[in-house]
Amino acid sequence: MNFILDYYNYWIVVFLMMTGFYIVISANNLIKKIVGLNVFQTSVFMLYISMGKVNGGTAPILVDGVTLYSNPLPHVLILTAIVVGVATTSVGLALIIRIKRAYGTVEENEFEKQDDAI
Amino acid sequence: MLDQHLAALPILLPLIAAPITLLLGRSLFAWVFATAISAIACYFSWLLLSAALTESVLSYAVGGWPAPWGIELRVDAANAFVLLAVSALSTLVLIYSKDSIEKEIEPSKHTLYYTAHMLCFAGLSGILLTGDAFNLFVFLEVSSLATYTLVSLGSDRRCLTAAFRYLVMGTIGATFILIGVGMLYMNTGTLNMLDLAHRIDIYESNRTINTGLAFIMVGVSIKLALFPLHMWLPAAYTHAPSAVTAFLASTATKVAFYVMIRFIFTIFGLNYVFDEMGMDLILMVLAIVAIFKCSYMATVQSNVKTVLAYSSVAQIGYMILGISLGSVTGLMAGLIHIFNHALMKGALFMAVGAVFYRVGSVDINAFKGLGKQMPLTMAAFTIAGLSIIGVPLTVGFISKWYLVTAALEQQHWILAALVLAGSLLAVIYIGRVIEAAYFQKPPATQDSKQVKEAPWLMLAPMWALVLANIYFGVDTSLTTEAARSASEWLFQTSTIAATSSAEVPQ
Repeated sequence: MNFILDYYNYWIVVFLMMTGFYIVISANNLIKKIVGLNVFQTSVFMLYISMGKVNGGTAPILVDGVTLYSNPLPHVLILTAIVVGVATTSVGLALIIRIKRAYGTVEENEFEKQDDAI
Repeated sequence: MLDQHLAALPILLPLIAAPITLLLGRSLFAWVFATAISAIACYFSWLLLSAALTESVLSYAVGGWPAPWGIELRVDAANAFVLLAVSALSTLVLIYSKDSIEKEIEPSKHTLYYTAHMLCFAGLSGILLTGDAFNLFVFLEVSSLATYTLVSLGSDRRCLTAAFRYLVMGTIGATFILIGVGMLYMNTGTLNMLDLAHRIDIYESNRTINTGLAFIMVGVSIKLALFPLHMWLPAAYTHAPSAVTAFLASTATKVAFYVMIRFIFTIFGLNYVFDEMGMDLILMVLAIVAIFKCSYMATVQSNVKTVLAYSSVAQIGYMILGISLGSVTGLMAGLIHIFNHALMKGALFMAVGAVFYRVGSVDINAFKGLGKQMPLTMAAFTIAGLSIIGVPLTVGFISKWYLVTAALEQQHWILAALVLAGSLLAVIYIGRVIEAAYFQKPPATQDSKQVKEAPWLMLAPMWALVLANIYFGVDTSLTTEAARSASEWLFQTSTIAATSSAEVPQ
């Protein structure tokens, strides 16, 4: 039981990661694929953030009388990774808009059918 | 001043040049500017390589923050060698792209093409030079995002779906690397590659590091299109504009291959990855399947760009086979093949792009009779094709020679035979195109007077690569010297990490 409770943050991360991954693989709609990709990336952000937590540590701000801080480095790294994620999402959405204009659909099986017809 | 910051310049120059290229607005200005910047970056990477060969390693602290805390750029023979190949190819492709993109990309998007190319180049240089595992992920995404836009610039609407699939696969790959680096950080508390190497070595190998290795290996394998994870590559290479394909085929997957070398040899150490985790067998089997499956796929395609794309996946198999042998010669064969494959695939895709420029199609039927109509282009295709096959006096022979030597060193007779058998498949897929070009008559419907030789701005970089194919196939002193000192250096660091566990900084 403790095994589940002690590592609850990792269980959440694993659950989100697999959910996102499954959506990316299974979804037919491109928007849904992007949503899945975002869920997948967010789970990794949570993995990083939760590993920076030090038991009993406060936010890493210099205050008198406090000596135990959480590790701020993972937070900074994830700030960068979030920016990367946003950029990826926007490129993906821009591509979807152009796919919609070119094919008239954002469903994968429908535009595959159009390509096969040529 | 310049000497001091030399290591940062190949990243900074194109990165700063990218927005300026966009602001220039006119296609011609953007072309001149981007080509000039790329040529200067190429010159700097030449200086870096000669410095790395004499001094063995250059370290540069970004922003003046010393190594374990700040981001470090580390130049050694291995990455300087690959950087030279990447920047030289970038320059040649840029010269080539002026005419090529006129047919394949809308005029309003020309400056965007040069901007994305510069960003991609900056990202690739960053991946090569950085000595920080997280920074590597960031540069990987910089180059990948630029790549997705480059692929989506094609004239055929299928380039959009190809780019989207590439984006999904690429993001999953990059995120896997991010998870892996996170696992390593969780266990070691550092992101600097050398620091990581020392600390991974002193900790008993445990499940966190094993999982990190697994995630990183799968992530990098997606990026370098190792066999079962290569599905994004043929579509992306086929539908991207020819100039983009020439650049990506000769640089992007090679840089990902370098990342794999870096992780195996510098960070995790050879003993851990190959002896303890048994990655060598996995890589070897996948490499051999890649060589045969994808060479076979290449023989049955009708689109010549797809043929060459599958051939690229097979060639990546040869490189992976080289490192999976786990010897200095094997690694050397892999490194030489990075450089040599860039020369031959660059030339081949440029030739195919020139055919598209004149004929408007890259189907194998469009090649019929081109041996007479476009003699220089088809001669370039033939010589570069012979190089892919591995005919003596071309660079392909040198790569195969070292690969077979490395296999024989360890008494792997079957491997050596398989490498040679793989070359026979290359004879078939290259031979089909050459046969169509020289021994078949052009289709009657085609107006044969319309098709003439490609413009000289396309021929010049193509032939520069073809001559390099022959030159480096005859005079191998530069490539073998650089590759030997690079692989010896990588082996040294790999074994230093294994022996010097006592003096590790905590």
